[in-house]
Amino acid sequence: MADLVTTPNIADADAFYADLIALHDGLTEEESAALNARLILVLANHVGDAQVLRQALDAARAAGRRDG
Amino acid sequence: MLDDRYDLAFRLYPYARSPDQDAAAPVRHPVVVMGAGPIGIATALDLGLQGVPVVVLDDHEGVGQGSRAICFAKRTLEICARWGCGQEMLDKGVVWNLGKVFHADRKVFEFNLLPEAGHRYPAFINLQQPHFERFLVERVRRAQDVGAPIEIRGRNRVDAVAVADDHVTLDITTPDGPYRIAADWLIGCDGASSPLRRMMGLDFEGRVFQDNFLIADIRMEAEFPTERWFWFEPPFRDAGASCLLHRQPDGIWRVDFQIGWDIDRAAELREENIRARLDAMLGAGVGYEIVWSSIYTFQCRRMTRFRHGRVVFAGDAAHQVSPFGARGANSGIQDADNLGWKLGLVLQGRAPEALVDSYCTERRHAADENILNSTRATDFITPKSATSHLFRNAVLDLAAHHAFARPFVNSGRLSVPCAYDDTPLNGPDALPGSPARTRPGAPCPDAPLGAGFLLDRLGGRFVLLGIGTDAPGDIASGGVMAEALTVAAHDDPTGALAERYLGEARRGVYLVRPDQHVAARWDHVDTDAIRSALDRACGRG
Repeated sequence: MADLVTTPNIADADAFYADLIALHDGLTEEESAALNARLILVLANHVGDAQVLRQALDAARAAGRRDG
Repeated sequence: MLDDRYDLAFRLYPYARSPDQDAAAPVRHPVVVMGAGPIGIATALDLGLQGVPVVVLDDHEGVGQGSRAICFAKRTLEICARWGCGQEMLDKGVVWNLGKVFHADRKVFEFNLLPEAGHRYPAFINLQQPHFERFLVERVRRAQDVGAPIEIRGRNRVDAVAVADDHVTLDITTPDGPYRIAADWLIGCDGASSPLRRMMGLDFEGRVFQDNFLIADIRMEAEFPTERWFWFEPPFRDAGASCLLHRQPDGIWRVDFQIGWDIDRAAELREENIRARLDAMLGAGVGYEIVWSSIYTFQCRRMTRFRHGRVVFAGDAAHQVSPFGARGANSGIQDADNLGWKLGLVLQGRAPEALVDSYCTERRHAADENILNSTRATDFITPKSATSHLFRNAVLDLAAHHAFARPFVNSGRLSVPCAYDDTPLNGPDALPGSPARTRPGAPCPDAPLGAGFLLDRLGGRFVLLGIGTDAPGDIASGGVMAEALTVAAHDDPTGALAERYLGEARRGVYLVRPDQHVAARWDHVDTDAIRSALDRACGRG
C-alpha cells in the first residue's frame, strides 16, 4: 500500500522551484493556467497509484483551507 | 382524436379491430406492453418465444422516421441473435472500428476498437433505428407464423390505467372508439416522456443538461472513410461545442452539432441554416441531400424504482442517458433481455414474484453505470466551468503528443454490458484461477465452439456448461431445468473458450442464466450445489 510522500523528496528544492517559476515566463495568466493543468496531468500519470493520487488531491485541497 | 405525433418510416402494424373491443367485460391478458418501440417489441418477442401471451399497444401504426439511435453494440446483437434476428442486423449494418478525435483544426489521435477475435458479432454496427425496429417486428411476424402468442395493436392509445394489487386495467382509444382490457402485468416501454409514468404520477429524477443537438442525416457521394470522427470545439463556422460524423447504411451519414441551449429552434431547423453549417464542415463542392434532421435535448435520470406492483418500466421510460456512448437503446435491449425470462418463469408459476424484483436491482445498477459514464462524457465534452474547460483542453493538448493522456479523452465511453456483481441471484464463484470477466453476474463472452459459437448454445433456458469435464446431465429444481452442455478440448478450436472461462483452471462447471449471464461456477460437479444455485438464480434463494 503506497502513501503520498509528504517529507522533502527533491534534492535541490531551490533549483526546481526556480525552474517551475521560470517555466511561466512570458505567459499570459491563461497560458500559465493551461500549463499548470498540463503539468498536473503529466505528474499524476507518473504517480499512477490511485491511492496516492487521492491523498495528493486531499492534501492540496486541505492546505488551502484557512479556517483551522 | 388519435393524432400523429410523428411520420412513419415503416407502417408495420396497421390498426385492426380486436375481438377484445366487442367483449362484454374487459378481457384479461397475462402481459400487456405499452409502446411498440424497440424495447416494447423486444420484450414481447422474448415473452412470446417462451410461449407467454403478450399484447403490445401503440398509438401509431409503425416505426417513426429518423435514424435516432444508430450505434448498436455487440451485446445488443448477441441478444437479438438469441431472439433470431441478429444476422440481418449485421448484414444491413455498417461495421466500424476506427475513430478519429479532433480538437479545433488538428487531429489529436486515432483509435481502433480492436475487437477481440473469436466473437460472432463485431464491437459495433451503425444501423438506423427504423431498420433495427423493423427487423424486430419482422422477427415477431415469423414467430407468430409458428404460433408465438404475440399481438401488436396499432392505433391503440392508452389513456388511463387503474393499478390494483394483482392486475392493471387499461382504458384504450382506437379509431373505432374506446375499450378496456386488463393485464396481470403491464410493462411500460413508452419512451423517455412515458405517458404511463405520468399517469401513475411517478418520479423521474436526475440531471438536466442545457444543450441542444442538431442532427442531420445526409446522403452524399463523397468518399469519407467508415470511421467515427469527433471534433471538440470544431473549427467550422457555427458548429457548436462538438461535432460528430458517422456513417450509416445506404450512403447516409449522421452529422451531430452540439449547438448550445439558447437557440431559436425553428430557425435552426430551416434547411438553409442546416446547409450553411454542413457546407462549412464538408467544404465547398461536396454534394449532399438532407434526408432527415432534428433537434434534441437530453437528460440523465432514472426512476427510483422500476417496478410498482404489477407495473414494470423498461428502456427510456425507466432511465435516460446522454447520447454519448450509445447507451440508450443498447441498455434498453438489455432490460428486455433481463426481464423476459424472469417474468416468463413467474407467469408460468415456476418462480416467485420476487424474481421480478431482481430485474429492478440488476437493471437499476446498470442504469446507474450508464448514467455515470454518459454524465462523465458530457462533462468532458461540455465543461461546466472555466477550470473544467482548462483541464479538458490540457488533456487534448497532451493527447496529441503522449499516449498517457488519451484514456482521459472522453467523447463517449461506448456501451458495454453491465456485470451484476451484487445481485441476489448470484451463486458461488468457486473456480480458482478463472478469469474475472466470467465471474458470476457477468455476461458470457462469446467464443468459437466447434464450427459455430458458444453463445449460439446458451440462452433461452438455464444451461449447465461443463468445460473439460462432463456436465452431470440435466438438473432440475422447482420445475426449472438446467440443460447440460459439455465442451471438450476439441470443441474449442482456438483455445479462446478455455482462456475466457478457465484461465489457469483445468476444468470448470458454469451455470448460465437464460439471459446468458453467469449465475455460478465451480471447479467440480456437485449436484446439490448446482441445484441450490439454480434455486437462487430463480429467486428462491
